[in-house]
Amino acid sequence: MNTGIPLEYFLITATLMFFVGVYGFMTRKNMITILMSVELMLNAVNINFLSFNRYLFPGQLEGHFFALFIIAVAAAEAAVAIAIIINIYRHFQSIDVEKADEMKY
Amino acid sequence: MFSTILFYILSVILVFSSLMVIFSRKPINSVLFLIVSFFAISGHYILLNAQFLAVVNIIVYAGAIMVLFLFTVMLLNLNKETEPKKSALVKIIAVITGCLLAVTLVGSLKGIDNAPVQDFSDNSIGLIKNLGKTLFTDFLVPFELTSVLFLASIVGTLMIGKKE
Repeated sequence: MNTGIPLEYFLITATLMFFVGVYGFMTRKNMITILMSVELMLNAVNINFLSFNRYLFPGQLEGHFFALFIIAVAAAEAAVAIAIIINIYRHFQSIDVEKADEMKY
Repeated sequence: MFSTILFYILSVILVFSSLMVIFSRKPINSVLFLIVSFFAISGHYILLNAQFLAVVNIIVYAGAIMVLFLFTVMLLNLNKETEPKKSALVKIIAVITGCLLAVTLVGSLKGIDNAPVQDFSDNSIGLIKNLGKTLFTDFLVPFELTSVLFLASIVGTLMIGKKE
């Protein structure tokens, strides 16, 4: 596969996706949607790792393993974050970030 | 030629569904569009010769993490469009932050020299045989540390989630 596509096209796609994630992270109030924006940013970084690995060092696997470990860390992070969100919902009856303004209830 | 057309289609799907994740009001629509964007990302991985990672991305992200998100959205009964709007100031700040840095990065990417063309003949580098060999020789310590991380994540999730 992958004969004629320049490297920059992959990087531009990943950049657009990353900043869609940044915009969502700053404008949404729903904690679930904020977490999904973080997942978008992580995946944009994964595309960058894999495209640099493919175009600059095609015989090596470092980019693959960085992407693999990012996926693993994202899975752990999502599990913990969703546990925290459910706990916050129990205390505040809402997952709005601005309603969760007390640390000790 | 075929892979170029495929790349454009996948990129359009990817950017559009990422935008819909951010702009749809219902959280459940966001989750479904995020699943669509993960499939497009897996297509990108296959174009980049990372076949094993494409499969892992589907299984772990679309299969496990997104099911977790869907369960949470349904459990908390979030399927209402009651989210209040944020103030215009925050939106302006977010647009400036997002657009300026994105324009800077895209503009700097336009100016770089073409990457040196490497030998693309070996297409089997991303298959599980090569990945497994490297994972258990060069990357053994990070692999084991990941298992410790998962153990810590399980314990932390149980501690946070249990009732008082």
